[in-house]
Amino acid sequence: MSADDSVPARRDFLRKSLSLIPVVALAGGAPSGLALAAPTPESKPGSSPRADHYQPVFFNAEEWAFVRAAVARLIPADELGPGALEAGAPEFIDRQMQTAYARGGLWYMQGPFAIDAAPEMGYQSRLVPQDLYRLGIAAVDRWTRQQYGKVFAELAPADQDVALKALESDDAALEGVPAKLFFAQLLQNTKEGFYCDPLHGGNKQLVGWKLVNFPGARADFMDWVERDERYPLPPVSIRGERG
Amino acid sequence: MAKVLPSKHVVIVGFGWTGAIMAKELTEAGLDVVALERGSYRDTYPDGSYPQVIDELTYSIRKKLFVDVSKETVTIRHSVNDVALPNRQLGVFLPGDGVGGAGLHWSGVHFRVDPVELRLRSHYEERYGKTFIPDGMTIQDFGVSYGELEPYFDFAEKVFGTSGTAWSVKGQVVGDGKGGNPYAADRSSDFPLPAQKNTVSAQLFEKAARDVGYHPYNLPSANTSGPYTNPYGCQMGPCNFCGYCSGYVCYMYSKASPNLNILPALKQEPRFELRSQAHVLRVNLDSTGKKATGVTYLDAQGQELEQPADIVILAAFQFNNVRLMLLSGIGQPYDPRTGEGVVGRNFAYQNMATIKAFFRQDQHHTNPFIGAGGNGVAVDDFNADNFDHGPHGFVGGSPMWVNQAGTRPIAGAANPPGTPQWGSAWKKAQAGYYNHQLSMDAHGAHQSYRDNYLDLDPTYRDAYGQPLLRMTFDWKDNDIRMTRFMAAKMKKIAEAMNPEHISVSVKDFGGHFNTASYQTTHLNGGAIMGTDPKTSAVNRYLQSWDVHNVFVPGASAFPQGLGYNPTGLVAALTYWAARAIREQYLKNPGPLVQA
Repeated sequence: MSADDSVPARRDFLRKSLSLIPVVALAGGAPSGLALAAPTPESKPGSSPRADHYQPVFFNAEEWAFVRAAVARLIPADELGPGALEAGAPEFIDRQMQTAYARGGLWYMQGPFAIDAAPEMGYQSRLVPQDLYRLGIAAVDRWTRQQYGKVFAELAPADQDVALKALESDDAALEGVPAKLFFAQLLQNTKEGFYCDPLHGGNKQLVGWKLVNFPGARADFMDWVERDERYPLPPVSIRGERG
Repeated sequence: MAKVLPSKHVVIVGFGWTGAIMAKELTEAGLDVVALERGSYRDTYPDGSYPQVIDELTYSIRKKLFVDVSKETVTIRHSVNDVALPNRQLGVFLPGDGVGGAGLHWSGVHFRVDPVELRLRSHYEERYGKTFIPDGMTIQDFGVSYGELEPYFDFAEKVFGTSGTAWSVKGQVVGDGKGGNPYAADRSSDFPLPAQKNTVSAQLFEKAARDVGYHPYNLPSANTSGPYTNPYGCQMGPCNFCGYCSGYVCYMYSKASPNLNILPALKQEPRFELRSQAHVLRVNLDSTGKKATGVTYLDAQGQELEQPADIVILAAFQFNNVRLMLLSGIGQPYDPRTGEGVVGRNFAYQNMATIKAFFRQDQHHTNPFIGAGGNGVAVDDFNADNFDHGPHGFVGGSPMWVNQAGTRPIAGAANPPGTPQWGSAWKKAQAGYYNHQLSMDAHGAHQSYRDNYLDLDPTYRDAYGQPLLRMTFDWKDNDIRMTRFMAAKMKKIAEAMNPEHISVSVKDFGGHFNTASYQTTHLNGGAIMGTDPKTSAVNRYLQSWDVHNVFVPGASAFPQGLGYNPTGLVAALTYWAARAIREQYLKNPGPLVQA
């Protein structure tokens, strides 16, 4: 901590000048740099994210119900604030399913495949993310029907947690897709949907970033680098939304 | 039949740091140079435009700037008795793709080398005796000394605009008590820029390291501490610790890259031409096999083109240099059973251990979203041979540091050990610890061994039908003992910070190389330099022993892995080799060293 920090005038100057930085830096890319100077109406502190009107493109109705239910348990809404459902993680995942990533386009997918390879050999499945969701959701719903008589989305939250733990530990015997592989895909994408820039469809109203006090696209910390203090400014997204 | 293009004096395969340096040096010498880069054209604009580049999902998570493994990857196995499997997803290392190569998305830690590591075998034999180096460990000397390379380290730092604190300049100590490294070799001039500011995490490491009796210093960083104009007239702005460094294009023009620090000067040079989306398939040799006639490549449309040239520079990523030599029949492929052959020999890596410290919220705000890739505080008390290895019985050393390059929440928000991976407990730990943690690394040297090597895979092929490169690689007893020693030393630093929790990530005895867990992108060897054509693929000027008009700069020339990050030595060796081409080879084309 520098000696300057005890001088209120100096600190006030830094706060004011820091709040100006994204305005200047964003001027070329955001619709209106000035919009950053004051919170936008829909991001009033304490307000909850808007209702989810998103219509899925990749997922069918049963799959969509599963994804919404599962992400709500993986990162739940609780006393600390909104969870992955409120953050829009289902919309994020559905939109990701329309990218090359979900078709395995970012991976080397030539055979032969050695699906029983040791974990330290990395991903060796021929399943791409679209396959994992399509086969995985159906398999989990079959499994929970056997276990509980209901599909996953209709289970009580406590039972959903038990089912997710069984997937995570590979104790659930799914047909056609390894439980652990499906769970890892779902959890990774859920966290991505909670913490990504909102332009990808998740982290609505920057709820993920506000939870951990991550400033998002501010990306200018020349005056804060040496300070052992809480960063004071709210997050900003690429499009200029403010948390 | 490939269409034959007009001949050039020089064709360069790959346009990362080594390709850019060679292009600049050889156009200065009056040669017509064409660089063929397999990936796309990239530059600060538009690839590093703010705010579009401030996007963790696109860059760190979906890995936009790294090599496209859907087209070309490597296969990996742990021993000669295993069947190698393809590295299907990027994970353990992140080579580049496109103009600038890995030099566009690197972090910027810009070291020289510990002089001992250039003559590692000789040094260990002299200090500890010939039997100290275990059987099967094939470490050797580079064949070039720190004194010979010093002017090239010095010039490379001026090109990169490197920030740092010198310990001594021309024998005069200038950095004592100011953040200089007492173990650093002497320098002919100071860093071009003073050291950057230090993050809270680096400050905590600095104090704790001093408290336990070590000697902390400022990491040399190719991220600018102020505005800078390099010897080529290329301009840089001051780094603002944006936290989007490694894996990103620097929007602030602050992180050195081939695109920022060399390409603007080359664009003024009519003798230079850069062709992107030009995928080189092989180097062509004449009927004797002793001289290269140029290269054959595919353009963006898939047309096969032949580019004749008098000199061929293989300036691709480390393992792609090796692969091109194997695909082209340059040098004898290495055979681990006999120990004969040179191409593919001495493949080595990095040997990392990581410790994270978690603080109470009222204890420290480390704000890990603040960072610069080259920035931090380190200690060299256990690097190279700065301590007596005799009682410990392993070869190799390790710098240790806090190098807070900027960690973002999808990939970077670690929780204390034992926290569940999801649910309210996970969420609570994220909220409680994201801004109150730091990470430190023991960035260990890695030794070379008889059975860690590179060759061509018999089964898997790239998108163009050529065999993938195969890595046969695993950790050895020496490596595990070294990294566990380093982790124990580094844990003392962590404990001196008095954190609430500590997590230690270190290799266990019996564990295998994990291709899914990021280590570093510091891969070495396979086309190593040396003084004996029986044990090296290139001579001390990075010239192929077998095909004298082929030069192979890059970490492929390192006979083993360094404690320090490799880019500084890669750049210096490239300037050194370029000088040899300019001053010796052009006057009398032929072997610069007689075998």
